[in-house]
Amino acid sequence: MSPAGASATARQAAKDAAIWAAIAFGVFIPLIGLQAVQDIRGELRLETRWPLLFSLVAVVVGISLLNSLVLAPWHERRARRAPRRNATAERLRIAFGRGFVPVAIAFVIAFPMLSLWLVGFQGSIKWIDNFGIQILIYVMLGFGLNIVVGLAGLLDLGYVAFYAVGAYSYALLAKEFGFSFFTLLPLAGMLAALWGIILGFPVLRLRGDYLAIVTLAFGEIIRLVLINWVPVTNGYAGISGIPRPTFFGIPFNASDTGFAATFGLEFSPLYRGIFLYYIILALALLTAFVTVRLRRLPIGRAWEALREDEIACRSLGIDTTATKLTAFAIGAMFGGFAGSFFAARQGFISPESFTFMESATILAIVVLGGMGSQVGVAIAAVAMIGGTELLRELDFLKSVFGREFDPTQYRMLLFGFAMVLIMIWKPRGLISTRDPSVFLKERKAVSGKLVKEGHG
Amino acid sequence: MKAAPALLEVEHLTMRFGGLVAVNDLGFTARRGEITALIGPNGAGKTTVFNCITGFYKPTEGRIAVVHGEARMWDELEPLTRRGDRKVVHSTGALFLLERMPDYLVSRQAKVARTFQNIRLFSGMTVLENLLVAQHAPLMRASGFSLFGILGLGGYARAERAALEKARHWLDLTGLIDRADEPAGALPYGAQRRLEIARSMCTDPVLLCLDEPAAGLNPRESAALNELILSIRDRHDTSVLLIEHDMSVVMEISDHVIVLDYGVKIADGSPVAVRNDQKVIAAYLGVADDEVEAAEAEVGL
Ligand SMILES: Nc1ncnc2c1ncn2[C@@H]1O[C@H](COP(=O)(O)OP(=O)(O)OP(=O)(O)O)[C@@H](O)[C@H]1O
Ligand SMILES: [Mg+2]
Repeated sequence: MSPAGASATARQAAKDAAIWAAIAFGVFIPLIGLQAVQDIRGELRLETRWPLLFSLVAVVVGISLLNSLVLAPWHERRARRAPRRNATAERLRIAFGRGFVPVAIAFVIAFPMLSLWLVGFQGSIKWIDNFGIQILIYVMLGFGLNIVVGLAGLLDLGYVAFYAVGAYSYALLAKEFGFSFFTLLPLAGMLAALWGIILGFPVLRLRGDYLAIVTLAFGEIIRLVLINWVPVTNGYAGISGIPRPTFFGIPFNASDTGFAATFGLEFSPLYRGIFLYYIILALALLTAFVTVRLRRLPIGRAWEALREDEIACRSLGIDTTATKLTAFAIGAMFGGFAGSFFAARQGFISPESFTFMESATILAIVVLGGMGSQVGVAIAAVAMIGGTELLRELDFLKSVFGREFDPTQYRMLLFGFAMVLIMIWKPRGLISTRDPSVFLKERKAVSGKLVKEGHG
Repeated sequence: MKAAPALLEVEHLTMRFGGLVAVNDLGFTARRGEITALIGPNGAGKTTVFNCITGFYKPTEGRIAVVHGEARMWDELEPLTRRGDRKVVHSTGALFLLERMPDYLVSRQAKVARTFQNIRLFSGMTVLENLLVAQHAPLMRASGFSLFGILGLGGYARAERAALEKARHWLDLTGLIDRADEPAGALPYGAQRRLEIARSMCTDPVLLCLDEPAAGLNPRESAALNELILSIRDRHDTSVLLIEHDMSVVMEISDHVIVLDYGVKIADGSPVAVRNDQKVIAAYLGVADDEVEAAEAEVGL
């Protein structure tokens, strides 16, 4: 860079830094510079915290300078260099992409064994139950919603409704009629699919924002029904004592006929955890497999075509209403499976578990993962749900920030922060390329720039 | 020479948007094995006619009928209309009333395909995928509405191979075979136009409606397009209904021309007859009939 260019850059950097300093100063004076404290007599006094204020402003100035003097030129240089390296990078990426899925599947299958081996019997309960099962439930929900939002391009903000239908179907039917988990699982899925179709019929003529709002309302209606239909759902109190899945009729309890006694093992809740882990893993893999197959069938291509251009679809003889309904129904069915698993695992459900926050989390997983990409959805679920669980582990932060500091309370803040960062870094989600469903000579990934998000 | 049998019959077609009459009492016939051109100044109502034929708009008034197979099916027209049904299907032919059918059935059952004035491709899908989406209905049936397809049962694999073969055929004809695995949105403009035609041909239409296919093409591409349209007419048993502004295309390839102005048909005949029609010239030059000669002299015709 020429000296003149360098000094121009420096001047620009100084100017940016000054602007940022001014903004930070203006924002932080009321927020940080001034603090209202109660003195001994119970009177409020305004205290100033100049050192803290100035150090924060200095941090902002530092970041601004770092960005304009180091990061921005580096990005520019990289952008200029990029085309030459692209071929190798692309090949590496493809090789990685091909190897990733089998390795990841092998890992999740071996995960309970690994955790037993690494952290022992006692420590494993947490890893298998809190991490493994919890994450896999969301992976499954993400896969299900991915069909609706990622493939068919229908923005559904009320997906949790189907999760709730699945959970309550299992809970009520299992308690009333004593059917087993594996009998009720398909039934719960079908009931959820039925509700998907019932919701779909009136709303699928709406598009975009309107569809989103109506699905949001649908999710709330289901929740309000669960709260207020007390004779059936027991309202806020929820349903407890939901029968747990059994191992071919052998329950996981401490009794003489329980799993541990039957197999001559010492009783531990871990066995149930491992059993449940493999159930939800099988369900998630089934969902992934079915979705992969569907994408290569005409129905899957029609979903994606619908996301790209609905009018063109109609001109090619595709019944768009039926196509949208199948996407809704199949997505809802997977949500229902996940819901009945959730009820069976918890043994207790209440409307608290099916708030809009859940829908938003699942949608965030789909969007962060990259719409339409199953690998992306799985990674995003691990990051978001695993990250939340990890926050519980950060007890050492208490020694830094004081006793009453609870890291889990910062979950939403961190979520938001992570989402903003990822959306800046990868505006189309972690996996932004689309894998074509069929090819003639060579499978080339489609750049995310060309793929549409759908409009309802 | 005896005229070819009628394929599409449009009668008293009227389309109103509020107070605006976009198409006014239009009637014309498109014959089998012919290229029928629909021309007219901007805003004349050509695209609206297409939208009515292909079921995207429900016409305010009028009847639009298509016959497959035997010309004798036309005898069924009045009984069918009175019955209030949308189609009669016999083993030797079929008759459809398009104004009574939803858009996707116009394509799927009546076999009338179309392209769009502003190209509508599935831009994030590959060229090949675009052509497979167009074969949705037969593939859907072959996959047992996805039930057998998921399990890998039934004849789905065979049906998909046949679909790929058809796609390959059209890729060859449109010169897109080397770009089959590229996303449609990454193609140059001319190739996108050709892909849209290939895609609508994959629905096996008896009538192909092209809305300004030559718009934005350079002369070489435009000549290749003429060849393509002629080969569709001659070798694929598909008749063509064409909207076009480029008069050289219209005059060169069409067998029959219909001229619209402000939604009203002002001429209907062979290309030569239409070209010399006073009313048509007046409409295109935007002057009254009796001033045509003065205007022609002015623009040097
Ligand atoms: N959906 C609609 N709602 C209201 N008015 C419409 C609609 N579609 C078309 N029109 C009007 O109908 C008239 C005919 O439009 P049309 O698009 O059919 O013209 P065109 O002959 O295809 O013109 P061009 O050569 O510019 O494509 C125009 O005045 C247009 O504004
Ligand atoms: Mg037009």
